[in-house]
Amino acid sequence: MLEWHSVMWVQAWNYAVKYPDKICGWVLQHLYIVLVANAAAAVLGVLIGIYVSGKGRERIAETVIYFASVMMTVPSLALFGILMGILYALSLPSIGFLPVVIALTLYGLLPIIRNTHTAIREVDPAMIEAGRGMGMSELQILGRVKLPLAVPVIMAGLRQAMVMNIGIAAIGSYIGAGGLGQPIFRGLANYRKDLIVVGAVFVSLLAIVVDFVMGGVEWITTPKGVRIRRRR
Amino acid sequence: MDYDPEGRSDQEETLIKLENVSKTYTDGTEAVKDLAMEISEGEFCVFLGPSGCGKTTSMKMINRLIPLTSGKISIDGVDTMKLDTNELRRGIGYAIQNIGLFPHQTVEENICTVPRLLKWPKPKQHARAQELLHLVGMDPDIFLRRYPSELSGGQQQRVGVARCLGADPPILLMDEPFGAIDPITRGRLQDEFLKIQAKIKKTIAFVTHDINEAIKMGDTIALMREGVLAQYADPAELLRAPKDEFVRDFIGADRVLKGLRLLRAKNVMKKPPFLVNVGEDPMQVKRRMEEAGLRWSMLVESGDHFLGWITCEDLDPSRLIRDVITPPSVTATPDTPINEALSLMLSSAIGTLAILDDDKRLVGVLSFDVIRDVLSEDVGLEPPCEKVST
Repeated sequence: MLEWHSVMWVQAWNYAVKYPDKICGWVLQHLYIVLVANAAAAVLGVLIGIYVSGKGRERIAETVIYFASVMMTVPSLALFGILMGILYALSLPSIGFLPVVIALTLYGLLPIIRNTHTAIREVDPAMIEAGRGMGMSELQILGRVKLPLAVPVIMAGLRQAMVMNIGIAAIGSYIGAGGLGQPIFRGLANYRKDLIVVGAVFVSLLAIVVDFVMGGVEWITTPKGVRIRRRR
Repeated sequence: MDYDPEGRSDQEETLIKLENVSKTYTDGTEAVKDLAMEISEGEFCVFLGPSGCGKTTSMKMINRLIPLTSGKISIDGVDTMKLDTNELRRGIGYAIQNIGLFPHQTVEENICTVPRLLKWPKPKQHARAQELLHLVGMDPDIFLRRYPSELSGGQQQRVGVARCLGADPPILLMDEPFGAIDPITRGRLQDEFLKIQAKIKKTIAFVTHDINEAIKMGDTIALMREGVLAQYADPAELLRAPKDEFVRDFIGADRVLKGLRLLRAKNVMKKPPFLVNVGEDPMQVKRRMEEAGLRWSMLVESGDHFLGWITCEDLDPSRLIRDVITPPSVTATPDTPINEALSLMLSSAIGTLAILDDDKRLVGVLSFDVIRDVLSEDVGLEPPCEKVST
């Protein structure tokens, strides 16, 4: 049994040493899909989050977050299937990059919308009253007070979305989007354990690295005065 | 008993005028009912009352943070409803209870909030921030670049005051600005703010539920009850002639002691009875003090620079006067309210308090006898202007 394991790892190691260019290609492809999808999710999610956190939009916020949560429960393969149908009907490319990016965008929305909404709602009302009392317009209050204070929490949502999407993107290879899912599915089909291991290990490594990098981004984008308060 | 001659402003023109102002919230609560009052230019007007009396609502209607249901508020003759809300608010300084400094902005950025909204040029903003930090007694070189989280509560409060003065507005609205601070720091900040106000002479609407703060700070007090103005008068008048049962109850039973707050040391202090210069001969001084029947006297240098106390028993031909001095443990300034002076005296060994001006020059003394006299005259229950006794 022990031998069986070691053989698998050795084979995977040999493969990685032999074809670093292939692995590098899959990693970059994977990262590209995730980055495009999350950029779209970030823009959409923050805009929606800002909109639903507005005054008197509590019901809209509830509904939107409810639908975003429901979206998370749809299995990725099923979502790909649904999207393929819709894209085909619109005579857009129904396999490969596009359906996967759309699916990942939808999955990424929930953490971003939810965090944006929570962060903006939780800004100390005293700050907002001070801003309003000194004659800031609602837009200025948003841009100069609410958003800077909400940034750390929004970034945490984005970080969560990215790490989650790295995992889901692997499944995207099933419908031809490429990336690190490719060695995994190929390995499954051909009973090549080394390929499965290579894919799995690199997906995990990618998730860990991205999580770390996003942690740094979160720190950098946190306003300095808020950072000092945190440290205390 | 002229308790604050500079602050009086009876002859000034009306700056803020409230006419039949009412506020009914959507749930039907009548927060303010038919309020009519006038605040003069340079007046420090305190809105006082129990919670829910409508004092904060009244103040916030001035800059339209709360829209009025009916009535009219005009500033300098202009109906506030005719102005753009944001422009109106930028022209009125605003300080809130929780200070509300922006944690992600430096002290300088915080102070320049309104100047920035008004698009002042950068150098002018910077100069203004420096000037204001100086005014509130903080060193700009140290504090301009700090963040609020790096400041103590008292410093944050000072920055809050500086921020509401940002664009030099003629009117300040202050909603319990010293509410969230420990009592000792609060007292000091109140004193500092009064000094600042003496310089800048803004028209101030100041909300508090603390009667002592109201008496200490206000030129006038608007005491409110259930949305109605119960009495609008200066502090002495309020203490002397409470209009009805509610006002009397709110002011409380210790009206006489509260009246002490209205008086400053400079109003009742006496001239130092017996001064000894540092170079005099000890035995000669001792003889003079015994002749005058004094147990103690005050030692000064170059005319009026106060050094400390000397007592008769300590004087000794073999020692210089300078060596037998008892250094003053506490002193007060001419602006110290009498109630504070009284507690300082209770902690001083001699029971007499030296009053020193900002340059540490001796300007007078306060003793228990003086305060007893003042108390027996029913302090503060007479109109202040009739009792000038300096």
